[in-house]
Amino acid sequence: MNVLTDNFSTYAQGFLGTLQLTVYASVLALVLGFVMASFRVAPVAALRAVGAAWVTVLRNTPLTLLFFAVLLGLPRFGLVLPFQVFAVLALGCYTSAFICEALRAGINTVPKGQGEAARSLGMTFGQTLGLVVLPQAFRSVIPPVGSTLIALAKNSAIAGAFSVTELLGTYKTLGELGYDVVWTFVWIAVGYLVVTLAISALFNLLERTWGVAR
Amino acid sequence: MSQATALYDIPGPRTRQRHRAYGVLAVAVILGLLGWLVALLSTTGQFGHTKWLPFAYQGIQELLLRGLGNTLKAFALAAVLSLALGGALAAGRLSDHRAVRLPATVVVEFFRAMPVLVMIFFIFVALKVQPLPALVAGLTLYNGSVLAEVFRSGVNAVERGQKEAAFALGMRKTQVMSYVLVPQAVRAMLPAIISQLVVALKDTSLGYLITYEEFLHAGKLIASNLDYDLPFIPVVMVISPIYIGMCVLLSWFAGWVSRREQRSPKTEAVDVAAAGPGTLLPGGGPPTARRP
Repeated sequence: MNVLTDNFSTYAQGFLGTLQLTVYASVLALVLGFVMASFRVAPVAALRAVGAAWVTVLRNTPLTLLFFAVLLGLPRFGLVLPFQVFAVLALGCYTSAFICEALRAGINTVPKGQGEAARSLGMTFGQTLGLVVLPQAFRSVIPPVGSTLIALAKNSAIAGAFSVTELLGTYKTLGELGYDVVWTFVWIAVGYLVVTLAISALFNLLERTWGVAR
Repeated sequence: MSQATALYDIPGPRTRQRHRAYGVLAVAVILGLLGWLVALLSTTGQFGHTKWLPFAYQGIQELLLRGLGNTLKAFALAAVLSLALGGALAAGRLSDHRAVRLPATVVVEFFRAMPVLVMIFFIFVALKVQPLPALVAGLTLYNGSVLAEVFRSGVNAVERGQKEAAFALGMRKTQVMSYVLVPQAVRAMLPAIISQLVVALKDTSLGYLITYEEFLHAGKLIASNLDYDLPFIPVVMVISPIYIGMCVLLSWFAGWVSRREQRSPKTEAVDVAAAGPGTLLPGGGPPTARRP
């Protein structure tokens, strides 16, 4: 029990690191995922191919390999950034592929007639997209995006193994100080549960507020 | 392009011309980026002779193959064990007895909410287990819990009439489950199950972090060799196509199974899941097979 009270600052630092990684990588993943999803539904074949390649490659890459390539590979090109930025890049790019698929599936759930009706009312492409298609797509993508972001929070643990300050990495520091390993891990587990359950609660709230009643 | 999208109509001649112009522009940008990448690789000397030399040696090829073999071994063990654990946990969660259902629910929800790596590290560091059993145990606990949810949502997705008809024929609940519900559920969930196995295959690379001598570990050994001028990028260029290729093959198989099962008359009473990782929101409503 006193593992937590004695080392509260270490844990807090790790927890904050996990939180930062999760938030920044989520933002990157949502933005990139949106861009790639718009590529995948674009009428231009070349852009669709780019989107499809991005999704296929990143969805089938082990995240450890991606971390390995980004954290240890990019510095070989003379690109030297803090490890945390690299970790956000790797996590964000990896998750963007899943976000992209969730968004694309959401856009495809909007019935064709909705767009046809909007256009026959004289709406432009932008209006159709912003006023008709996206609001309906948004409602059905809440659960899949939520579970993807939870997966991101859990995947951020890999960054800890690549010496980024983060919750799982605290076990090493505390192990060297001679604390009981089992209790150290219990508190790490509690930290992760707090993060994942918080995201889950947020998205359940969003789902209740805006989700589609089926 | 499928015409099922609500975004735009079938393009006319002028729009098609405009799209073609965009296409040419996009191809030019992509080729430019690729060219820049190749130029960057060659100016930093990644195609140099010494950096690619190690791959010509038999010892190093054997090292890589041994790593690949270890990866596949961990994957096979984890896949079999997590299917078994998933089946057991799903049976527990679907049980009529609360004494069985509650513990199964707690186990499934806990291990689904925990990062796999934390479990693997816990087993490896705190319980002082060898790397392979630690990796397999961690993967089994996580993927078994997810598969339990997949099985359960499959059984719940079978049309209610099937169960009612079976009970009306005088079958017992075990018979209803094993002769009627589970066969249909497994057929419907096969794509989701295979997709989850892709996740397990990808996660075997976590063994690298606990010094299990798998494929990535073999790559790291070669990459940190000073004799070959730290051939880091060449190693990534050799390893990643193999990893990605294996996962793409398995994902493609999941997609093929999904299309095949959707056509099959044996899945008429159940929605076939799409081929994709079936991650569900923990603490949310009861999982459904597929959102329409």
